[in-house]
Amino acid sequence: MSLITPDFGLIFWMTLIFAIVFFILAKFGFPIITGMVEKRNERITQSLQLAKEAEKRLDEIAVQQANLLEETRSEQNRLIQEAAHSRDTIIAQAHEQAQAEADKVMAHAREQIASDREAALKDIRAEVAAFSMEVAEKVIRKNLSDDAAQVELINSLVDELIESNKE
Amino acid sequence: MRRLKNILILLFLSLVSVPLGAQDLDMEEYIFGHIGDAYEWHITTVNGHTLALPLPVIVHSKTSGWHIFSFRHIEEEGEYQGFRIAGKGEPHEGKIVEQQADGTIVKPLDLSITKNVFSLMISSVVLVVLVLLAARWYRKHDAMEEVPKGFTGMVEMVVMMIQDDVIKECVGKDYKRYSPYLLTAFFFILFNNLLGIVPFFPGGANLTGNIAISFCLAMFTFLAVNLFGNKDYYKDIFWPEVPAWLKIPLPIMPVIELIGVFTKPFSLMIRLFANILAGHIMLLGVVAVIFLTAKMGAGLNAGLSVIAVLFGIFMDLLEFLVAFLQAYVFTMLSSVFIGLSRKEAEAK
Repeated sequence: MSLITPDFGLIFWMTLIFAIVFFILAKFGFPIITGMVEKRNERITQSLQLAKEAEKRLDEIAVQQANLLEETRSEQNRLIQEAAHSRDTIIAQAHEQAQAEADKVMAHAREQIASDREAALKDIRAEVAAFSMEVAEKVIRKNLSDDAAQVELINSLVDELIESNKE
Repeated sequence: MRRLKNILILLFLSLVSVPLGAQDLDMEEYIFGHIGDAYEWHITTVNGHTLALPLPVIVHSKTSGWHIFSFRHIEEEGEYQGFRIAGKGEPHEGKIVEQQADGTIVKPLDLSITKNVFSLMISSVVLVVLVLLAARWYRKHDAMEEVPKGFTGMVEMVVMMIQDDVIKECVGKDYKRYSPYLLTAFFFILFNNLLGIVPFFPGGANLTGNIAISFCLAMFTFLAVNLFGNKDYYKDIFWPEVPAWLKIPLPIMPVIELIGVFTKPFSLMIRLFANILAGHIMLLGVVAVIFLTAKMGAGLNAGLSVIAVLFGIFMDLLEFLVAFLQAYVFTMLSSVFIGLSRKEAEAK
């Protein structure tokens, strides 16, 4: 029966047509589709990996950032403490210096005052002596100036006076 | 929806059963006419007038050389340029034969564009166009950034399903070399199977259910297996790893293995051919119930027609599944056979 005996004509045409179809599809059809899909799959895998890496790096950056923040904060604290410390020392130093300067000025002033007073006392003494002389001259109206003993007496008197004044 | 279906069924019944019901149904001619090959493409019969597409006859006679003419001549004149269709009971029944001068009947070399060849041409052109259309998308788009939708997406899905699940799995590491052939075979079988279910022109030819077609497909797989088989494959055939007395003096195992080489493609051929042919015959048989019962009264005819149509729908859906399944199975087994021929010897 012809149902199970392959017909030569059909075999001939089938071989020819299938060969042509195969040639066309194998050259311009399936490899393009499968190739592109494979490339795309590769790219997707790559992208996924890249994304994973990026995520990892992002995590790292976040950790770094936290560390940096922590460091900055401690640095800030340290700086503030340092600043406070140096402020305190500067103030203390300034205090000390001022104190020393003041002491110096005071000492100087005291010296000045002492010397001034000495000078003033000398002046006063001379003046007082002169006054006394004049007073004595006027009182006695005698030639007292000639009398050296008299002058000596007056001087000692004046000295005594001063001494008593001092006390 | 249900009402629409009922109306469609009634319409279908009235269409097929009334004009044809009157005449007697020659079951053999009916079935073999539908599943066999022909020199013309019978499209339909309208009011007793046959609408058929005569196809070119190409024959080569040993005595008179090449002849190319339309089958219309033979149909109208019975005999043309010494060629006629062999009648019932004659050798080469239904084929074109040549009446020699001495009265003997000789079958010429027949390369006619028959119904199956014509269907093969149409389906091949359509298949090539469809696949190239899908492939064109990848040239026009940046496939790295986009994923195809619609038709191309569907083609891509099926191609990748076959490539990844069948070819890559079964063939092994150099699957890329074989994948164009296996994909072509898959789509060729699938497309022609589906076209065979379509009941009207240009479908309906029983192409994949023709043994010549499945023979060719099996032959291609046979060639792919045996032309590119590696030396381990041939060693397994002629000197398999069995006790020596199975090989010398009587080469029992080599003979069995050698038979296996041919039974593998043979099973491919028979499986595809028989499955599709059986499906077509069953479908035709179910539809024939309508015509056979036409003379048994309107009531019986109507009742059985409804059953036949329901069965027909069921069979059509089954055929739809079989169309895919057989293409899948053919591709898978071809891949397995190719994979066996490419297998490296296992490490001892």
